[in-house]
Order: sequence, then C-alpha cells, then structure tokens
Amino acid sequence: MAEVLVYVDHVDGAVRKPTLELLTLARRIGEPVAVALGAGAESTAAALAEHGATRVLTHDAAEYADYLVVPKVDALQAAVAAVSPAAVLVPSSAEGKEIAARLALRIGSGIITDAVDLEAGDEGPVATQSVFAASFSTKSRVSKGTPVITVKPNSAAVEAAPAAGAVEALAVTFSAQATGTKVTGRTPRESTGRPELTEAAIVVSGGRGVNGAENFGLIEALADSLGAAVGASRAAVDAGWYPHTNQVGQTGKSVSPQLYIANGISGAIQHRAGMQTSKTIVAVNKDAEAPIFDLVDYGVVGDLFDVVPQLTEEVKTRKG
Amino acid sequence: MSLRIVVTVKYVPDATGDRHFADDLTVDRDDVDGLLSELDEYAVEQALQISENSDDDVEITVLTVGPEDAKDALRKALSMGADKAIHVEDDDLHGTDVIGTSLVLAKAIEKAGYDLVISGLASTDGTMGVVPALLAERLGVPQVTLLSEVSVEDGTVKGRRDGDAASEQLEASLPAVVSVTDQSGEARYPSFKGIMAAKKKPVQSWDLSDLDLEAGEVGLEGAWTAVDSATQRPARTAGTIVKDEGEGGKQLAEFLAGQKFI
Ligand SMILES: Cc1cc2nc3c(=O)[nH]c(=O)nc-3n(C[C@H](O)[C@H](O)[C@H](O)COP(=O)(O)OP(=O)(O)OC[C@H]3O[C@@H](n4cnc5c(N)ncnc54)[C@H](O)[C@@H]3O)c2cc1C
Ligand SMILES: Cc1cc2nc3c(=O)[nH]c(=O)nc-3n(C[C@H](O)[C@H](O)[C@H](O)COP(=O)(O)OP(=O)(O)OC[C@H]3O[C@@H](n4cnc5c(N)ncnc54)[C@H](O)[C@@H]3O)c2cc1C
Repeated sequence: MAEVLVYVDHVDGAVRKPTLELLTLARRIGEPVAVALGAGAESTAAALAEHGATRVLTHDAAEYADYLVVPKVDALQAAVAAVSPAAVLVPSSAEGKEIAARLALRIGSGIITDAVDLEAGDEGPVATQSVFAASFSTKSRVSKGTPVITVKPNSAAVEAAPAAGAVEALAVTFSAQATGTKVTGRTPRESTGRPELTEAAIVVSGGRGVNGAENFGLIEALADSLGAAVGASRAAVDAGWYPHTNQVGQTGKSVSPQLYIANGISGAIQHRAGMQTSKTIVAVNKDAEAPIFDLVDYGVVGDLFDVVPQLTEEVKTRKG
Repeated sequence: MSLRIVVTVKYVPDATGDRHFADDLTVDRDDVDGLLSELDEYAVEQALQISENSDDDVEITVLTVGPEDAKDALRKALSMGADKAIHVEDDDLHGTDVIGTSLVLAKAIEKAGYDLVISGLASTDGTMGVVPALLAERLGVPQVTLLSEVSVEDGTVKGRRDGDAASEQLEASLPAVVSVTDQSGEARYPSFKGIMAAKKKPVQSWDLSDLDLEAGEVGLEGAWTAVDSATQRPARTAGTIVKDEGEGGKQLAEFLAGQKFI
C-alpha cells in the first residue's frame, strides 16, 4: 500500500490533536508515515504509533527553532525524497500552510489548503473545502505532482489504530535559504488551562455586547462550567477586552466545535466565516434582528448580563 | 539610498455580496461587486508607514493580477498614497490556481524591481494565506510573514509574529517578502486630495508575453489543482428562538441538557 506523509505538529514531544486527526484521514488513502522535527521529536513516536503511524521519521537541529519555516520545508522535502509518498498531509495552522506551500512548489505539485474532509478517489485523494464563509462546499483534487493538502482541526474523529511506529532518523541537508529569517526572540504564550480554541468541543464567545474587559469574567465562568474554550469577536479584541489569539473569524481562528455559544455578537459575515460549521449554534443577543439568529439552533433574545450568569448557575447545578 | 517596495493587492468579490461559482467552477466575478481585498489595505498602510519613517527615498508600487475591473483595487491603493501601479491582465489567466498566481506575481515583481515585497495575510476570497511564502520561495529571498508589527532600517526588516504557541521577533536582510496581519495598524482612508492625485498616477498594464510566460503555464488548463464540484450549503433550518422573560438562562440550559451538552 502507498505511504502517506503526515507532518507532525508537536510541542516538545507532545503531539497536538490535529495531527492525530490527520493520521485517521491518512489511513483512508494509504499507510501513514509521520515526520516529526525539532526538540522532542523522538518522544512523539508512542502517540503516533498508537494512532496508526507505521514509521516515524525524526530529525532535531537548532535551525528548527532559530529560523522561520524554511528548515522545516527542507526536512519535509528530504522526507518526500526518501519515501516517495502518495500524498503529504499537513495541519492547517498558519505555519503549516506556509510549509506545505513551499514544499509543493519545490516538488512540482499542486496544493489544497484548509480541507475539512478527505477521501480516496480514482485520481488521487479528494479534498472537501468549506469556502465563502462556509456557504459553499467544494470537492477538489491536486492534478499535478504529489498531492500536498493541509487539513483544518476537527476534520476527523481521532481513532486509535496501533501500528509499528518505528523511529527512523531522517537525513536533512539545510538549503541556503534555511537561515534567511532569524527568530531573535520568543515569548511563549501563557497557558490558561482551558482547551485550545481550535480543538475544543465547546466554544463560548463574547462580542461587543460584553461591554468591557472586566465583564469577560462572565464569559469565562460559563466556559469553565462547560469545560469550554473562550472565543471573542474582532470588535471585542480590537477594544482590547480579550487577546487576539482568541479571535474567532476570518482573520482569527476558525472553529468547528460540537457547540458554539455566541454572546453579544451580531454575526457579521467575517465572524460567521470562522464558526459557521459548528455543529450546534446557540446565541444570546438582546437584538431579535441580529443576523446571528439566522444561524442558531437555539437563541435567546435577552440581556447577556441576565442570561449568561443564570445559565452558568444552572449548568453548575445540573453537573452537581 | 532608495527603497523599492512592491505591495501585492488582490481584487476580490465583496464578502457581503452573494458570492458563488460560475459554470466552470471558478469564482463568478460578474454578478458580485469587487473591491480591494480589505486585508491588503493593511499591506498598503504598512508600506506607507515604512516610507514615512524612512530617510531613504521610498517608491511604492502596487501590483495586482486580475481582470479588467481589478484596476479599481489599484486606484484605491493609489489614492491611499502609493506611487504607481502595475496591472497584470490576460484572458489566459482565467482560473489560475495559487501555484500559477505566485508564478505570475513573482515574474512581475522581478520585472518591476524590488527591495521589499509586502502582502496581506490572506485574500478574503481564496483565504489560503500562502502567496507570500510562495513568493519568497520563488524569489529566493527571506519570508518575514504574518507580522503584527514591522519596521525597516539599514537594509534589515524586523517584525513580530504572533503565533499560537508564542510571539516571535523576526529579522532578515533585504530583499525580503513580508506579510502583515490586520493587527498591524488601522489602514488610512483615502483623502479627497489622494483620490484626485491617484487619477494622475501611472498604471502600467502587462500581459503574459511581457512576463515571458506561456498560456499553458497558468489559467484553468495549466492549474495544478482541479475543482470537481461546488455545492451551496443548505441554509440552516430555523432554530428555536425564545425571548428572555426571566428564565432565558434556564431555558437555554434545558436545551443544552436535551442535546447532551450538560
Ligand atoms: C477584513 C475583515 C476581517 C474581519 N475579521 C473578523 C474576524 O475574524 N472575526 C470577527 O468577529 N470579526 C471580524 N471582522 C469584523 C466584523 O465585520 C464585525 O465588525 C465584528 O464581527 C463585530 O463584532 P460584534 O458582533 O462583537 O459587534 P457588533 O456587530 O457591534 O455586535 C454586538 C452585538 O451585541 C449585542 N448586544 C449588545 N449589548 C448586549 C447585551 N447586554 N446583551 C446581549 N446582547 C448585546 C448587540 O445587539 C449586537 O448584536 C472583520 C472585518 C473585516 C473588514
Ligand atoms: C474559495 C477558493 C478556494 C481556493 N482554493 C485553492 C486551493 O486549494 N489551491 C489552489 O491552488 N488555489 C485555490 N484557489 C485559487 C487561489 O485562491 C488563487 O489562485 C489566488 O489568487 C491565490 O490564493 P489566495 O487568493 O488564497 O491568496 P492568499 O495566499 O490568501 O493571499 C495572500 C496575499 O497574496 C497576495 N495576492 C494573492 N492573490 C493575488 C493577486 N491575484 N494579485 C495580487 N496579489 C495577490 C495579496 O497580497 C494577498 O493578501 C482558491 C480560490 C478560491 C476563491
């Protein structure tokens, strides 16, 4: 069976969930071979093997942390040369897309970004994309070269499928471009202890209606009662009430959770672009005419300062 | 010293309009109004700020690859303050995918001459967010992308890239390709004076032959990807909407419990 390369997104050896989802999708089109780079690369092997990786190609060098993107492209290109895969799958993070694009160009292949589903087809893998703020669904293929496809988080359920996961060292020679963009400083993001926004099963968001940074405590309390991640509209972010990393929408994160709860958010097209594929959508808004109500499975027309605390209390009571 | 900046700007269908596909599964650009992709306004803005903060002689060229109407996007950028414009237009470009688009842009950038390329973080239609990285690869220069802060001094570009796991400080020597996010600073509105001045600024038109490109390298036929189908998502069925009369939170909890979320 043909092998499929899966680029591993990990933090010091801890594999992030979107990569495990990719392994599930990769098994639909071939045998997954994982590529893990940088500090902790070898420690990813156990988790990758448990989810179907037959082999894990690893390489560590200071370049991966000290320079932007290109060293990783060099390594992935070396992996493509070594494996001759039927396809290359990369998580659709900002960096993942850049790595995938440069790789595609180098190996003479087309690229599809932000797939939300993947299946085997007669002429190679067929990717589903959700486009124009999720108002259309398209099916596309890479028609030249080895398909390079980036896949959004939450596109498949993670499935255990134990495989050998044999660790093999990948030989990498860095290109002249590898050291072009230096990372001169890095401030890690502080963990809030809440789930990752793009990976969370439930997202609770606040918008301009929250009316102040101090009031985001209400949104956080509801999120915590449900074990959810916190999101924000761009209006709330631009006002400085919540960090940009939590912005949901076209220029923020796109989320596709089981449940999305929008509080004090009108539902502008750019916000919808980031949350419209959520399975169940709920909104609290005092304006019955707000466009967000066109999307909801359940909506409450009311003041969020009344509705949200009551909901939080009720969730806590019911959860005991 | 002089600094030549090329800003890549895309002409896109208005996101608030009824965007859809034509019969050949390319974007229907006839039925929907087009405009300068809003995210590229941030790229123009940063070019203008780099120019304003520089002792060097800075020349800003805006470049678009797109149909006849794409001139509107160039006019908008010129009225914001860019100096001149290049429009790459050719019937054979219809249906070009991202690998082809980056080829055309790279050829035009090389022909125009540049020290710095500035792009937006993503277009508002294709939203791939990969053209800047592809341009860096094609031009063989550093990519300094997704910056929420950017500055240029003494032949070096510096910036801040806010990622999921960390915020990074980046640095590269010119020539380089930069992309900026919508966090980089509000884009200015064209002034009346700017709009009048833009009418007199030069707009060059190039076609594929001007860039030594063949029709088969671009367009729908030359594409490296193929779209097999495009289906409109069914409108969501109307949900339940209740008015809060004191029990709204409890009613919502009841709904969530019924859906097994609690
Ligand atoms: C290029 C571009 C990219 C963009 N990207 C994004 C993006 O990624 N994400 C994003 O969110 N936006 C984005 N936007 C902005 C978007 O167009 C909207 O401006 C934004 O989403 C509005 O945020 P909001 O819904 O919080 O605010 P508003 O539209 O002001 O809505 C606030 C809502 O809160 C309600 N409200 C007020 N008080 C209360 C209360 N006490 N209780 C209940 N309800 C209340 C109001 O009725 C109203 O409906 C982008 C715009 C552009 C041009
Ligand atoms: C819904 C949709 C999905 C698509 N999916 C794919 C796909 O999966 N694979 C594929 O190969 N193609 C795809 N395309 C085609 C692709 O979008 C175009 O080729 C496009 O011009 C380049 O990609 P982008 O618009 O996503 O740009 P991005 O990479 O998102 O744009 C980033 C920046 O590049 C610059 N830029 C981009 N295009 C131009 C231009 N024409 N002129 C000047 N500057 C420009 C701008 O500065 C912009 O801010 C898709 C198009 C659409 C409409």
